[in-house]
Amino acid sequence: MMIQIFAFYLFALLTLLAALSVVFARHPVHAVLWLILAFLSSAGLFVLQGAEYVAMLMVIVYVGAVAVLFLFVVMMLDVDFAAFRANTARYIPLGLLMAAVLVMIIGLAVGDWTTSSQMAERRQSLTPLIDENHNTSALGELIYTDYVFLFQSAGLILLVAMIGAIVLTHRQRKGIKRQNVLSQMYRDPKASVALKDLKVSDGNPQ
Amino acid sequence: MPFFDTALGTFALILAQSLMIVSFVMISLLFLVYGDRKIWAAVQMRRGPNVVGAFGLLQSVADALKYVVKEIVIPAGADRTVFLLAPLVSFILAMSAWAVIPFADGWVLANLNIGILFIFAVSSLEVYGVIMGGWASNSKYAFLGSLRSAAQMISYEVSIGFIIVGVLISTGSLNLSEIVRAQDGEWGFFSWYWLPHLPMVVLFFVSALAETNRPPFDLPEAESELVAGYQVEYSSTPFLLFMAGEYIAIFLLCALMSILFFGGWLSPIPVLPDGALWMVGKMAFFFFLFALVKAVVPRYRYDQLMRIGWKVFLPLSLGWVALTGLFVQYGWFGQFYVRWAVGS
Repeated sequence: MMIQIFAFYLFALLTLLAALSVVFARHPVHAVLWLILAFLSSAGLFVLQGAEYVAMLMVIVYVGAVAVLFLFVVMMLDVDFAAFRANTARYIPLGLLMAAVLVMIIGLAVGDWTTSSQMAERRQSLTPLIDENHNTSALGELIYTDYVFLFQSAGLILLVAMIGAIVLTHRQRKGIKRQNVLSQMYRDPKASVALKDLKVSDGNPQ
Repeated sequence: MPFFDTALGTFALILAQSLMIVSFVMISLLFLVYGDRKIWAAVQMRRGPNVVGAFGLLQSVADALKYVVKEIVIPAGADRTVFLLAPLVSFILAMSAWAVIPFADGWVLANLNIGILFIFAVSSLEVYGVIMGGWASNSKYAFLGSLRSAAQMISYEVSIGFIIVGVLISTGSLNLSEIVRAQDGEWGFFSWYWLPHLPMVVLFFVSALAETNRPPFDLPEAESELVAGYQVEYSSTPFLLFMAGEYIAIFLLCALMSILFFGGWLSPIPVLPDGALWMVGKMAFFFFLFALVKAVVPRYRYDQLMRIGWKVFLPLSLGWVALTGLFVQYGWFGQFYVRWAVGS
């Protein structure tokens, strides 16, 4: 038990420290690296809760894919971040307001979920027992058996959003050269290489 | 209460097991590098390393010593912290994935029930060593090499993921030991997963080559165009860590290949006993194939590499997942595809 409490405080403090460093880091690439640390330590928190499947998904999706894209973009950007940063102090009241609203939303949701008597029934129904079912198959049962239509329609909405983004940013350009892979592969030496027999001084432009 | 049930005892036990795995991997690393060079040389009808020790067996030890005692050069304008962090990340991540590899029945440090996802997560993190190294070097060649490498590793991770999903559907478990046990059958060699999942074995091998930046997909360090890619500014111990991390990742994929498709510790002939020796033998065999490919296949062009990854491997592996799902759901081919030991 001691070790679990120790690990919880370790991961929790690490998450907070990394999250603060994301905001205060001087260099944007360092900020992204701190963000990765924040993701990793929150994955550790998930493991402590017994949700190892969600933890691994967190690492694979957020750290392995999303943060790599962030890092790509940030590394390529050439923005003067010092000038960008100079007038951030103006936004502090707005930021504080948003933080307060966020905390209130989370507090309301969690408080309602844990204490309200209306939720008591749902708390019971949602989670299959951990003892008889480890959480990968429990999650699979939830999203692919109990709530399969909701889950699939969420997937469809994402697909539509993705296609929409592609359609919006796609533009047809004229006059570009494209490689035709098939024609490259079907080219054979007989049609494209010719052996010429030249006399000694023939290649000389004079 | 016996000592090994106390907190201290558990800690000592885990420490000892970790040390055993680390020393196994490090010692095999020495001879893998040697073997890689020797096989490469044999294909090209050269002698390869043959001076240090008998048959040159100690060549890697000499090389490692040489790397360690040289000076660490950090280029001017480099981001020092990230520059030194990158090789560490790449080495430590490659090593930590070994924690879940079962060497024999029950011989596993962490028997996670999501073992395969852990390996997948760790190998998706390995790209950070490359990106950080390339960016922190503050050099064009290193940066271009790291961009190439990152794009390549991410692309092939997708198809590796789908290939793994096919095996998982057949097994019904994410635990690596369960995957091996599901392949235990009366037909020995022929009850392993390579037969039902035959097309995926080829795909997995090629994706593994691309994922670890091995030839013919070693575009990130294509020495003819990028000098040495993301490692160009690295010297001495940091370079050693990069190289060790790379070879450990290769060896890990050999282990994964023998677990997923070739029955891990199971013996190919049912009368012979199973054991860790089979596992090590299979890993060595797949490493031999990796080394052979390095010697006999010419390097790919970068756009060809990306085309194969996204337009050939991804649809094929995705289609195979759907097909396996069909076979398993409707029980076609009997027990050939469905080997669920847990659950239903």
